[in-house]
Amino acid sequence: MNKNSKSFELLFRGLAILLAVLFASLVLLLAKANPLEAFRYLIVGAFGTTGKILDVLVSWVPLALATAGLLFTFTAGLWNIGVEGQITLGAVFTTAALRLLMNSGLPPGLIIFLAILAGALGGALWASLVGVLKIYGGVNEIFGGLGLNFVSVAITIWLIFGPWKRPGTGSMSGTEPFPRELHLPVLGNSNLSVWSLVLAVLGIVLVYILLRNTYFGLRLRAVGKNSRAAFLLGVPTNRYAMLAFFLCGIFAGLAGAVQVTAVYYRLIPSISSGYGFLGLLVAMLVNFNAIWAALVAFFFAALNIGSIQLPLMMRLDSTLSGVIQGSLVLFVLLMDGVRRRITGKR
Amino acid sequence: MNETILIGLAGVIAAATPVVFASIGETITERAGVINLSANGTILLTAMAGFAVAVNTGSLLLGFLTGALIGALVAAIVAFSSITLKQSQVAVGFVLALMCRDLAYFLGDPYNSVSGPFLTPTPIPLLKDIPVLGTLLFKQDILVYLSYLLIIGAALYMFKTRPGLILRGIGERPAAAFVRGANVNRLRYLYTILGGAMVGLAGPMYSLSYKAGWKGTISGLDGIGWIALAITIFGGWSPIKAAFGSYFFVFLQWLGLVLQSSLTNIPSQVLQVAPFPLMILALLLVNIGNAEWVERALAAMPDRLRHLISGLLRSLRSSPPASLGVPFENE
Amino acid sequence: MNVELRHIHKHFGKVHANNDITLKIPSGSIQGILGENGAGKSTLMKILSGFIQADSGEIELDGKIVTITTPADAIRYGIGMLHQDPLDFPPLKVIDNFILGQPGGLFPRRRQAVKEFMDLCGHYGFKLNPEAYLETLTVGERQQLEIIRLLWLGAKVLILDEPTTGISALQKEKLFETLKVLAKENKTIIFVSHKLEDVEGLCDRVAVFQRGKLVGEVKPPYKTEELVQLMFGKAVSPGCREYTGLNDIAVKLENLSLEDARLQIKHVNLEIRRGEVIGLAGMEGSGQRLFLRALAGLQRPNTGRIVVDGVDMSGKNYHAFMKHGITYVPAARLEEGLIPGLSLMEHVVLSEEKPGFFIDTGSATAETNRKIDEYYIRGTAASRVEALSGGNQQRALLALLRSPLNLVLLEHPTRGLDIESAIWIWSKLKDRCRQCTSIVFISSDLEEILQYSDYILVFFGGKVSKPLEAATTSVARLGELIGGKGWEEHS
Repeated sequence: MNKNSKSFELLFRGLAILLAVLFASLVLLLAKANPLEAFRYLIVGAFGTTGKILDVLVSWVPLALATAGLLFTFTAGLWNIGVEGQITLGAVFTTAALRLLMNSGLPPGLIIFLAILAGALGGALWASLVGVLKIYGGVNEIFGGLGLNFVSVAITIWLIFGPWKRPGTGSMSGTEPFPRELHLPVLGNSNLSVWSLVLAVLGIVLVYILLRNTYFGLRLRAVGKNSRAAFLLGVPTNRYAMLAFFLCGIFAGLAGAVQVTAVYYRLIPSISSGYGFLGLLVAMLVNFNAIWAALVAFFFAALNIGSIQLPLMMRLDSTLSGVIQGSLVLFVLLMDGVRRRITGKR
Repeated sequence: MNETILIGLAGVIAAATPVVFASIGETITERAGVINLSANGTILLTAMAGFAVAVNTGSLLLGFLTGALIGALVAAIVAFSSITLKQSQVAVGFVLALMCRDLAYFLGDPYNSVSGPFLTPTPIPLLKDIPVLGTLLFKQDILVYLSYLLIIGAALYMFKTRPGLILRGIGERPAAAFVRGANVNRLRYLYTILGGAMVGLAGPMYSLSYKAGWKGTISGLDGIGWIALAITIFGGWSPIKAAFGSYFFVFLQWLGLVLQSSLTNIPSQVLQVAPFPLMILALLLVNIGNAEWVERALAAMPDRLRHLISGLLRSLRSSPPASLGVPFENE
Repeated sequence: MNVELRHIHKHFGKVHANNDITLKIPSGSIQGILGENGAGKSTLMKILSGFIQADSGEIELDGKIVTITTPADAIRYGIGMLHQDPLDFPPLKVIDNFILGQPGGLFPRRRQAVKEFMDLCGHYGFKLNPEAYLETLTVGERQQLEIIRLLWLGAKVLILDEPTTGISALQKEKLFETLKVLAKENKTIIFVSHKLEDVEGLCDRVAVFQRGKLVGEVKPPYKTEELVQLMFGKAVSPGCREYTGLNDIAVKLENLSLEDARLQIKHVNLEIRRGEVIGLAGMEGSGQRLFLRALAGLQRPNTGRIVVDGVDMSGKNYHAFMKHGITYVPAARLEEGLIPGLSLMEHVVLSEEKPGFFIDTGSATAETNRKIDEYYIRGTAASRVEALSGGNQQRALLALLRSPLNLVLLEHPTRGLDIESAIWIWSKLKDRCRQCTSIVFISSDLEEILQYSDYILVFFGGKVSKPLEAATTSVARLGELIGGKGWEEHS
């Protein structure tokens, strides 16, 4: 087989997936569980009924939004680990807007629309903070972002137990749920909101177009691959890096807004549900391609939903999904390295 | 000094010990030119695994060894993928940070809230009777004493010995170390794995000593590894400064808890994060002198002011090993 | 030690870097190795010093065949090499650099090492402070440190790769003196250079390399034409001097003062006329790069004005300077000039300011192909820049220059290129001058500075000379100024 061919690359991808499955099986055996049974429950749990598939889509929407945003920062060569906090702040801003406007007499549709916009703004502001720290303060975005993630969690908890606490005493279960008319409408008796689905699909398409054949996309790539040279060629690199953070923050904020308006209908302590970190894993796998990002995000969402079955059926912790997702990315990275070593290509 | 405060501060030293191990481990790894970002997951995984082994065997020693071994293993993956396979250290480290965390929660499920053995303090005769210092430093458990040795030993090794000189050399300019006879990649493997083992020890230090037991997601360990990484930078890649950074960080957390009693309406989780904005601020102070706009703003200032401020910034600045994160190839 | 190399072959991919090299170097002599960049000199030396291994061939030391697989092996056999860019540790102290790599116990014997260091310094007349940080030393001093370090480790063969690049005339004199002393002490010296003058003034014997082959060995008295003939295969005549300057002033510097962490430049006044070429000479790190960066707005001056086309640009940033037709071309092509991972076409698109949202791939490809033809770039519009050779990368950088331009600022425009590429690059730059673009460039090659500049500014420790007319300045005069001599009349 030709060593440089596409099929050679695919072979190694396949090998990586196989290794990830083997690794997951090993972990399951360590937990004294039957791997085949566990995998079966994963699949059934994700695709067994129409309702389950719709649940996967519910999980896909925020993940796809976060991943779409991360493609901007990845393209610009930035590790936006602060994405978790950006989702959280999006949710906080959305909640704030809903609380502010819920008794204003405006039509509910408008209130929800404004609240989602507020979410986008919240995420973008929080991301810009990471950007400012990185670009104007020299603070590595990994550490600036991580610090702000912890701060965002503290803000959420303070709000839930302080100013926004439920009547009586605050609790970890979150703020008082919003009334029905402030929920994004759902499909039939499922949990899926068509509006949020549309939002995610539009987001993916937009990112695909922007990064594909536009001056914006090319300049962003130039900044990511060699910021110094891009600067000397005339690209305003600081502005583009800031823009990448800002855009990523918008998408992350939207993900947070969806969590409030279409999933939990209130603010809870871990409102980001780890979609930010998961989005980073997806973005690492897809080589800047938004369409692939959507597909891989769907697979990861399916793992998330499927694993909910495990504690009930097999008394296993649902974090198995995280183990599978992580090992998949790890083995893809490793196999990619092995392939490059074999073909001698850097 | 007030006895309660003294005991509280002794508690700070005990609680900071795992962070000291982790941040010095990471300092050693990064001095060799490798970034191991997996610490957060490693600590959780080794806390769980060390506890599980200790519960099953009844041996604390085996629990700690397990922690070191797993830490070394995770580090070996980072070393292999970055040194041999030339993949991004940040990517692999980050994936491992997430995966090891989930692995800890998944495999640790059966050990959730199980009671197990833990390490008790061993006051040192004579030394423990020194006023103030005795209570503060010498009524601790054996690992705390070990950490004192680690701090001094690591600093001595790094700055006074021949291999320590080479360690600094391979992170600074691997090609120059290579022509001086150092096997750069083998040493990078070695120090990555050694550093990883130290990070790995931090886990059982929690689950078998300071925060005895395993409580899954509410063990309160998620985040420690990231802190240790930040302290490594904050400490300017020096073991002694990293240790002080660790004590300072835990001291702040303790202060938050102490102050909480007078500010009752703030949940403890909020005060617990107080060190994080401070960490960002510290990183800002250390790094801002490198920012382009600062240089430009400085250049426009009158001479004396400029020299004053740039001198100040330079004294704060810490520069990383020049080849941190850069793979080495001879030709 | 007698060194004998027999039938050495080395390939890098398709390039036959060393083709059947056989060379005998007797103990106590200074062997010159002469050749253009890429002739295979450095490759052979890296093989001898264990940095890389030959594909085939033998190395014999004092009659014994040896296998050298690492630099550590080489030094054990007594072979030490000074690399062109000193391979040392700038943030460490001089004495730490001295000790690092010395075999021995866990704790180095510092006091003993300092004593031996001082003795060696004294013996060879070097003035080095063991407690100073290496980053405060000049390249010449770092070389001296390397020499005594290698001798301390027992080197009997010293290889010096282009040691006269970046050091002052005084330091060069000192170096040559030292090398002659070492040869008398029965060490074997291998001196690699592409500078005829250096080789002629020092070596007992010269081996000339061309395209991977050893094409001849010459003994004194040397005939320059013969050496040139051997090096290039044919005599090369660079284009003749032509003044392209106009009376019109493009850029004016008024009382400009600059500083960075290491040096200060004070009160420079200069007028750059349209179409003029100004060369900046000096040891590396004397301030010429700081000055060049200030001309592009990359470094903000402390005081003074930069006036471009009558507009005061002081305090503006690089992109504002670009809008006024000023461009900076860095020396590190793949680090600062081009973007690895992007194609030539993408570079062309990036370098042009076109309105619109979507890239018109068709017209961009056509434009790129036009430039590829015009600049003889061996590659296609879709080629990634890292796949191009050094010369092609440099041509691509020129192809990316916008037009019209007021001023092009170049760092080492022909560094690492063969002589023909260099001549071609300069003919293209001269074309630009005829279109009223001025050029300011840095070079450590005095021939290049004298050949192509109209005026020369010499830098020494942050001091800047008055503009010297190139046509009436000699290499000797320039060398003196670079080395810090004869500045009295300038201050």
